[in-house]
Amino acid sequence: MLKIRNLSASIDGKMILKGINLDVNAGEVHAIMGPNGSGKSTLAAVLTGRNLYEITEGQVTYLGKDLLTMAPEDRARAGIFLGFQYPIEIPGVSMANFMRTAVNEIRKFKGQQPMNASDFMKLIREKIALVEIDTKLINRSVNEGFSGGEKKKNEIFQMAMLEPMLSILDETDSGLDIDALKIVANGVNMLKRPDNASIVITHYQRLLDYIVPDFVHILYDGRIVKSAGKELAVELEAKGYDWIKNHDGDE
Amino acid sequence: MYIETEKISLNESLVDLFNSNRSLLLRASTDHVNALRMQAIDQFKKIGIPTKKDENYKYYDLDPVFSRKYDVHFSRKKIDFNISDLFKCDIPELDTDLLILLNGWYYENGNHDDLMKQGVVMGSLALAAVEYPQLFEQHYGRYADIKSDGLVAFNTAFALDGIFIYVPDNVMLERPVQIINIVMDKVDSMVQHRNLIVLGKNSKASIVICDHSLSANQFLTNSVTEIVASENSSLDYTRVQNEHNGAAQISSTFIHQLADSRVSTNTISLHGGFIRNNLNVMLAGKGCENNMYGLSLSDKFQHVDNSTLIDHAMPNCTSNQKFKGVMDDMASGVFYGKIFVRKDAQHTHAYQGNNNILLTDDAKINTRPHLEIYADDVKCSHGATVGQLDENAMFYLQSRGIGSKEARLMLMTAFAHEIIDQIKVDPLKDRIYDLVNKRLRGELSRCNSCAMNCN
Ligand SMILES: Nc1ncnc2c1ncn2[C@@H]1O[C@H](COP(=O)(O)OP(=O)(O)OP(=O)(O)O)[C@@H](O)[C@H]1O
Ligand SMILES: [Mg+2]
Repeated sequence: MLKIRNLSASIDGKMILKGINLDVNAGEVHAIMGPNGSGKSTLAAVLTGRNLYEITEGQVTYLGKDLLTMAPEDRARAGIFLGFQYPIEIPGVSMANFMRTAVNEIRKFKGQQPMNASDFMKLIREKIALVEIDTKLINRSVNEGFSGGEKKKNEIFQMAMLEPMLSILDETDSGLDIDALKIVANGVNMLKRPDNASIVITHYQRLLDYIVPDFVHILYDGRIVKSAGKELAVELEAKGYDWIKNHDGDE
Repeated sequence: MYIETEKISLNESLVDLFNSNRSLLLRASTDHVNALRMQAIDQFKKIGIPTKKDENYKYYDLDPVFSRKYDVHFSRKKIDFNISDLFKCDIPELDTDLLILLNGWYYENGNHDDLMKQGVVMGSLALAAVEYPQLFEQHYGRYADIKSDGLVAFNTAFALDGIFIYVPDNVMLERPVQIINIVMDKVDSMVQHRNLIVLGKNSKASIVICDHSLSANQFLTNSVTEIVASENSSLDYTRVQNEHNGAAQISSTFIHQLADSRVSTNTISLHGGFIRNNLNVMLAGKGCENNMYGLSLSDKFQHVDNSTLIDHAMPNCTSNQKFKGVMDDMASGVFYGKIFVRKDAQHTHAYQGNNNILLTDDAKINTRPHLEIYADDVKCSHGATVGQLDENAMFYLQSRGIGSKEARLMLMTAFAHEIIDQIKVDPLKDRIYDLVNKRLRGELSRCNSCAMNCN
């Protein structure tokens, strides 16, 4: 599904990603862990088309297409979803209007008719139930004044609405209480299908108790320095990153 | 030197226009109006059309606008069509009392019997001067100071008609009054109408003005509106400006508020070649509230200039100004917001905000707050921002599959939302929301530019 080859990216001349290689296949869950500032969010942003970064080297193909030349909206329409580490507040744009526009733009891209109002409301209700957010949030401006936890649940709600093929969840677990964490993880698991995949960026092994990854990768200083099964997360939790630093470049 | 001679000849030619039509002008009006007319032309001879040397007009040269050749009509033209055919309101839920101005002249259009029974007067300014001399003379020319601005003097010298509205004490109008102000002619023309709106004590009214140009000629409108809000009265005043790129509109509004009155104005500038709005508010009684909102959307070479003055002359008054602008292409804008708090105006609250989005590098905005505060126990604040669309918000929308064009539109609409939301008549609010959306989508071209979709 996703093939990342030797991907390097910089911002203002500062190298942040230094040759990333990663393959994600349909049906898989990949966890990416790594210390603060190692480039996890940058990788997510580069994959979803944020134009702040300069791609200095490498290729990414997604479902056989050259991902890096696609506009962000086209990546989303092709099924890529980013759960933001810091969801953006957009005063004056209601959640309902936002989601209706997004759903219909994606439908248009697929050659489908816009969804009628009652079907749309039905869809909203169904997905709201999945993430257990307050219905009132739908009539409020996007993320404006949402609590930290509400913002994160709202990301999962949007993911549920858009049913992506590849979701990249950037620290969706941070700032969540234990119940919310379960709800979020449950949401992710319910949306899991044999033909889709997810990349879960997290600092805590705790989330991985609920969303069981097939692979765990450690991103350190712009490189994936270690990849293994889910036991790696447990090891990290116990030993911290110092242990990895010594293995730098081992992979 | 060259410019100076040009300027002198422009003002001279405008005075000549007066002199050569003097008898027509004087014959059309009452002695009271004519006395003011003569004072005004003398004053105009002294000060003329404002130049860029004038602090109030320093960002836009009015010379080219006034130097074009315009026809001026000194009497009401006979029209060979039914005036109400010009206008079909497509807001079914919006039930209004309709008044129509065509090229500055009031045209009879249905009666307002139920309102007349309550003592409400609505109609022609020229007629009101004759029929209600006492009421008229008590207010006409009292608030629009001919010394303050050459354009006010110019209008006072030339104005022949316009709208007169009187709402007696204790009368609350149920329906909004809608003034459709149309310019439409086969020749380029200059229009200078004059409106007078008087709200009695404890009265209440909602007035909507729609400015349209319905033919492709060049137009210059230089209008003056005087509004008096008596004690404890309440007025909502919404103006939708929607003229074509060949139309220049200068509209000077003078609002005189007495104790405990509440006035909200909302000026939505959707379209027009050159728009200049002078909004002057005198808070002449204690406990007044004034809200002044404005939204301008401009592109190509359009220019929208909002100049406000809130004069806090009395204690315990609150004023709140919020103007927003979106400038595209080479469009330019000005916000010049003045707040005076006089020595006696203790416990004044005055807020002013101006936010702008520039969509291109060539678009321009000059924003200038001007606060003069002579009282000590006051709360005043002002803030201005000039920026682009929020990149993070753009990316967030795009990352959900929303195309960049649509995303920009959503953010611009959101930006405008705060102002439109202040409109208190719901169907009108929805309609304006719609219009703004169309305008931002570029779907509001000149031909269907009539906000109210006249056919
Ligand atoms: N817009 C930017 N301007 C300058 N530096 C940036 C920018 N964005 C990211 N960086 C830098 O790139 C590096 C990687 O940042 P990134 O956000 O990808 O880290 P991360 O692994 O997601 O960290 P965390 O775990 O704290 O979320 C950091 O040093 C950061 O300061
Ligand atoms: Mg991060």
